[in-house]
Amino acid sequence: MRLTELPLRQPAYVDLIDWSALTPSEGQRLREYGLCEGASVEALHHGGFLGKGPIACKVGRMTIAMRRTHAAAVTVRTGPDGVGSQDKPA
Amino acid sequence: MSALPLVALVGNPNAGKSALFNALTGARQKLGNYPGVTVERKAGRLALTDGRPVELVDLPGTYSLDPTSPDEQVTRDVILGKQDGEKRPDALVIVVDASNLDNHLRFALELIALGLPTVVALNMVDLATRDGLELDAHILSRELGVPVVSTVAVRKRGLDHLRQELDGLMNGAPRPYAGHGARDFDTVRAEARRIARAAIVRETPSRRLTAAVDRVLLHPVAGFVLLLALLFVMFQAVFSWASAPADMLEGWVTALGEAVTNTLPPGIVHDFLLQGVVGGVGAVIVFLPQILILFFFILILEATGYMARAAFIMDALMARVGLSGRAFIPLLSSFACAVPGIMATRTISDPKDRLTTILIAPLMTCSARLPVYGLIISAFIPARTVGWGIGLQGLVMFLLYVFGIVGALVAAWALRLTVTKGQSSGFLMEMPKYQWPRLQDLLIGLWQRAVIFLKRAGTIILFTNIVLWVLMSFPKAPDGVRQSEYSIAGRIAGGIHLLVEPIGFNRDISLALLPSMAAREVAVSAIATVYAIDAEDDVEALDKGLGERLQGRWSLATALAFLAWFVFAPQCISTIAVTRRETAGWKWTGFMVGYLFVLAYVAAGITYWTAIALGLG
Ligand SMILES: Nc1nc2c(ncn2[C@@H]2O[C@H](COP(=O)(O)OP(=O)(O)OP(=O)(O)O)[C@@H](O)[C@H]2O)c(=O)[nH]1
Ligand SMILES: [Mg+2]
Repeated sequence: MRLTELPLRQPAYVDLIDWSALTPSEGQRLREYGLCEGASVEALHHGGFLGKGPIACKVGRMTIAMRRTHAAAVTVRTGPDGVGSQDKPA
Repeated sequence: MSALPLVALVGNPNAGKSALFNALTGARQKLGNYPGVTVERKAGRLALTDGRPVELVDLPGTYSLDPTSPDEQVTRDVILGKQDGEKRPDALVIVVDASNLDNHLRFALELIALGLPTVVALNMVDLATRDGLELDAHILSRELGVPVVSTVAVRKRGLDHLRQELDGLMNGAPRPYAGHGARDFDTVRAEARRIARAAIVRETPSRRLTAAVDRVLLHPVAGFVLLLALLFVMFQAVFSWASAPADMLEGWVTALGEAVTNTLPPGIVHDFLLQGVVGGVGAVIVFLPQILILFFFILILEATGYMARAAFIMDALMARVGLSGRAFIPLLSSFACAVPGIMATRTISDPKDRLTTILIAPLMTCSARLPVYGLIISAFIPARTVGWGIGLQGLVMFLLYVFGIVGALVAAWALRLTVTKGQSSGFLMEMPKYQWPRLQDLLIGLWQRAVIFLKRAGTIILFTNIVLWVLMSFPKAPDGVRQSEYSIAGRIAGGIHLLVEPIGFNRDISLALLPSMAAREVAVSAIATVYAIDAEDDVEALDKGLGERLQGRWSLATALAFLAWFVFAPQCISTIAVTRRETAGWKWTGFMVGYLFVLAYVAAGITYWTAIALGLG
């Protein structure tokens, strides 16, 4: 599931990041924020009317904001250990 | 170049470098709870425990030595000794946020690997405790191989210990440095995580205060409404809260004028002091309370962490005009003054984004425009409410601000379609945890603003006004001719008047336009001086307030056109100078001045002609 589809406040792990969908400097910045394969993420807030705004999410202990286009490049999976999940959203 | 040992404060944005710098050197660098507050190198002096002086530099925060924006470039250049004419630092103080350790340690490891004598300040331990996190500085020090000192910069905790460690560094006790050589990003990150884990003694689930508040403040609808409401209250307050202290100041200025009249014999000295100094500069100084109220709000927004939220809320709208939410922070700062606003654009990575933001920053209503708006509004807009306790004057003030913001967004949109065309960049930003503003910081901030404003009044505004008074007082007009028109200044203004007559400007305004290039407030002092000079023999006129005298001489249409002009006109030499520096040349500066003057002229014209058509002439 993409980070854009992750329900709010549901802990998840980063599975895969499509770096090619990001510019080199955006990729670098996301990495510097600690967003990488295996990092824990949690979507906190969706901004903007009609879901057109940025997404705020927790990465480790930090809250970062990014546009939906960036979040769409991030694939996540839910579940405490990152392997399979009991409470997969519908 | 000083021969003092050089120590650099370096670390991630918002780690508390500037707070530590202030605590160590006694400086008053700007603090703010959002990333990207410091955008240039600032030096200060620090005494070691044995009294030896050391030069300490505060740097912009950055996430690595791979810069993605101009402010981060500054840090890299200083740390690697590439800044022209500056030597490389002799030692580093790496500032890390204890509540965000894994992330900040990655950059810390990158810096430690440079091999310079280093001490780590484990800052914000109070916030870590608030989050239920307890850390062991000894473990951290052992793992990192450099001394680690726990600090709370804003409460001045841990400073003595930090100084002692600096002593050790400067006395040349070399640290046993285990060089790692170049390591790739992921290895360093994994290492940082491991060390951060090791340093955590206890971790209890924290109250997630920030997330709870954000649920409201970042809500797609409620958050936007709250942002608007906040701005509305801010500009209402500028009018309603200021009236009592402003009246008091006005009383003092009047008393001072009377004292001049009573003590000095009539003559040129008397006229000079009364018309040029007390009357002119006094008319500006009475706006001090309004300016302080505006800054009170801005300081609170900056200290709490709301600035980053405003950027988040505005991002979708900013994207529509080809900018990102990040650009909203420099624009909000421009409410104070466009100069720091333009400086703050250094945090924007994309050059075209940054240029566009610089070009529109002067459209945001800076505090120097407050006296002009304040004067015209209080003279021409009745002080009554329009229901729900909303003051009409405050409402008009709010609309003028909105006018500026909308103007800026439209301008950005047009610029992005034409001269600054390009791929629009994304929006990536760290959202800091909320903090309560500290009363002491707030008071110091207000005090600094008051000093800056009074200094401006006592220097550039006073000086410009004195020159103007001289040009307006000579040659002496024969009976029956107005002095302000007959004088040298009056004749120059006559030429300008031909240009601005079509948009409804009278001779008073024409006189004020040129000198107010020096500082916008001069428009107010200049008009006050014109009236003082023309009213010389008319004792009755002198007793009237400036607003009342304006009502007698200006039509409402003219007053509104004048306001519209001031929303757009680039009348500020400092803004022009900083634009030239930040865009590295006259090309874009000239463009900015040109388009803003055209906009101002057109806006004033449309306002005037519309008002005339509505019968307000
Ligand atoms: N609670 C707490 N707040 C702190 C501490 N140190 C700094 N702050 C606050 O944290 C915010 C950021 O501090 P700054 O000193 O501006 O941070 P900086 O590292 O200079 O940030 P940039 O200039 O953006 O890189 C401000 O609101 C400070 O008041 C601390 O030890 N404890
Ligand atoms: Mg700083």
